[in-house]
Amino acid sequence: MATERERRGRIKVTEPPLDAESSAVESDWTPDAQTSGGKSRLDHAWSRFKRNRSSLIGGGLIVFMTVLTVFARPITVPEFVPFLSQMTIQPFSIAPYPPDAMDYGVTTEPPSMAYLFGTDWAGRDLFSRVIYGGRWSLSIGFIAVGLAVLMGVPVGAIAGYYGGWIDEVIMRIVDILYAFPFLVLALAVVAIIGRGFWNLIFALVIVGWISYARLIRGEILSVKENEYVLAAKAIGASDRRIIFRHIVPNAMAPVIVQATLGIGTIVLAAAALGFLGLGLDPGSAEWGSMLSRGRDTLVQGQWWITLFPGMAIFMFVMAINLVGDGVRDAFDPQSEEHMRGGQ
Amino acid sequence: MSLLEVEDLEVNFYTEDGTVTAVNGVSYTIDRGEKFGVVGESGAGKSVTALSLLRLIDNPGRIESGEIRFKGRNILEMNEDEIRSIRGNEIAMVFQDAQTALNPVYTVGEQIAEAVRLHFDYSKERARERAIEMLDRVGIPDPAERYTDYPHQFSGGMQQRAVIAMALSCDPELLVCDEPTTALDVTIEAQILELLKDLARDFDTAIQLITHDLGVVAELCDSVMVMYAGEPVEYATVDELFFDPKHPYTVGLMSSIPRIGSGEEMLQTIPGGMPDLIQLPPGCSFHPRCRYAEKVCSQIDPRMVDPDGKPVDGLEDRRGASCLAYTDEMDGDLGYEVSVEEEDNE
Repeated sequence: MATERERRGRIKVTEPPLDAESSAVESDWTPDAQTSGGKSRLDHAWSRFKRNRSSLIGGGLIVFMTVLTVFARPITVPEFVPFLSQMTIQPFSIAPYPPDAMDYGVTTEPPSMAYLFGTDWAGRDLFSRVIYGGRWSLSIGFIAVGLAVLMGVPVGAIAGYYGGWIDEVIMRIVDILYAFPFLVLALAVVAIIGRGFWNLIFALVIVGWISYARLIRGEILSVKENEYVLAAKAIGASDRRIIFRHIVPNAMAPVIVQATLGIGTIVLAAAALGFLGLGLDPGSAEWGSMLSRGRDTLVQGQWWITLFPGMAIFMFVMAINLVGDGVRDAFDPQSEEHMRGGQ
Repeated sequence: MSLLEVEDLEVNFYTEDGTVTAVNGVSYTIDRGEKFGVVGESGAGKSVTALSLLRLIDNPGRIESGEIRFKGRNILEMNEDEIRSIRGNEIAMVFQDAQTALNPVYTVGEQIAEAVRLHFDYSKERARERAIEMLDRVGIPDPAERYTDYPHQFSGGMQQRAVIAMALSCDPELLVCDEPTTALDVTIEAQILELLKDLARDFDTAIQLITHDLGVVAELCDSVMVMYAGEPVEYATVDELFFDPKHPYTVGLMSSIPRIGSGEEMLQTIPGGMPDLIQLPPGCSFHPRCRYAEKVCSQIDPRMVDPDGKPVDGLEDRRGASCLAYTDEMDGDLGYEVSVEEEDNE
């Protein structure tokens, strides 16, 4: 063997020639497993999200509460809409009573079959008020966060992409707004512009967009260094196209996570403002306002007046947080390994 | 008139440490269908030269002076819309690292179709057909299937092909390839080079190929510019470059190519490293590393001259080297020789 190895040189391997008969190897094996086809990042995230049980429960809870509020009372089209005005587009009514129907015969009744959650000082059915009140709390949460993202993302993206003095100006504004505590700033805005549904949303958006702007700016600073951004420029894409088609989609994941969790924060903030009397009109069925009106009754032993609206807030915020955690894990491939790596 | 004329280009980067002159007085021309190589070490200014052609130099870099004439129009004087209509459409770029040059959130096909739709008034459907046609053209099997694949589902070689397909999708007249095969293994490299050669032949596309691999130059290019420390040091046709190199730096690059079976224990190298571009050595910037350098080399900045000592501008004449040995300012000779060994077939 040693002598063979010493004869270094070019190695040549010859195989017997393939003739016609033996060339086709007889095998009836066909593959029956295949890798799955093209999947975008969102698809991957969704399939990871689906495996997360607690966030599915949270998601189910949110859907359940949303359905309850939508079907709580019939919905009619407001008068200012042409053609459809005054038409009922949602005829169902889960709530047994209108949320503001007072009945002085049954004030502060404890929960019973007739009044599932009891009644308040004016004899209004708390069950009806809680599920109807979700309309306020939930819509404030979703709309305010949606608008804050729609405002924060473009502003932050422009700051991060262009840099220089544009970045400087935008981020200093953000810093100034950040110097105020979230709730205090929202309080101040409401105090200036007054109460009301849209005023409340406006206040929450003014305070809320800054976190999305700052988040996406930081993300874009790193994403824009990728060569595909240069490549997009090199094929002649405009700045707008590069920012919103090439950079922002790659920078959105943390914003989506933050926005999901942010819905909970906003609902809490809206409730807090309501509790402080600066949310919606005091008589409205918004959960925070209901808590506020009922806080004197707690000492008198009428626990149901505050318990049920409080529970509603708690359930919704918890559900949002469960979903938010699931979304965060879904967008972060490492967290999955972490879960498998554990026990 | 040549397709592309670069005249006396200078690009500076303003860093915190000082002004870095990445490209200093580079001139060259590329004709239609010509394959032009730009060779040099890392940091020689090759990529910056290429990016300048599309005005893609970003802060803190700035194109300081010079002219880049594409079909007679000065690219540096165009407005934003004009330069955008040139990018990708008439001059396209192939990037070095295909994996990062493709956007991970879109399918490969979508990205090629995007390039088409940016410049041609195509419907979605036609852009899709065109993208599939381009994928087929660069040799990706099952192009219609592959259209909907994401970049991470492509192998390295296929990603590079996809990037080339994207660059070719608008029939550019000049294709700037920045080290298109550096990240690939040799078999894929050979295929990609073959592909580029076919394209130049079939569509009369001019190619500017940036590389530090002389083997790639030998394979593909017609003529070559060798760069060192932001300046051109030699212009040559590819035959002249290999059989009759004139500049000591070119000679050094050639002698440091490893050869199988040469029996040498140590790899030949050019001693030292590229100088910091913030401050170049006085005189010839290569003299600290040059084995033939004399005192005069640190005093006089050599001009670009042809082998007889006549000045060359790199535009009209395309044979020259910037070395004092050809202007009789050096006492000694460049003591290297080029020998061609007979091919050993047994």
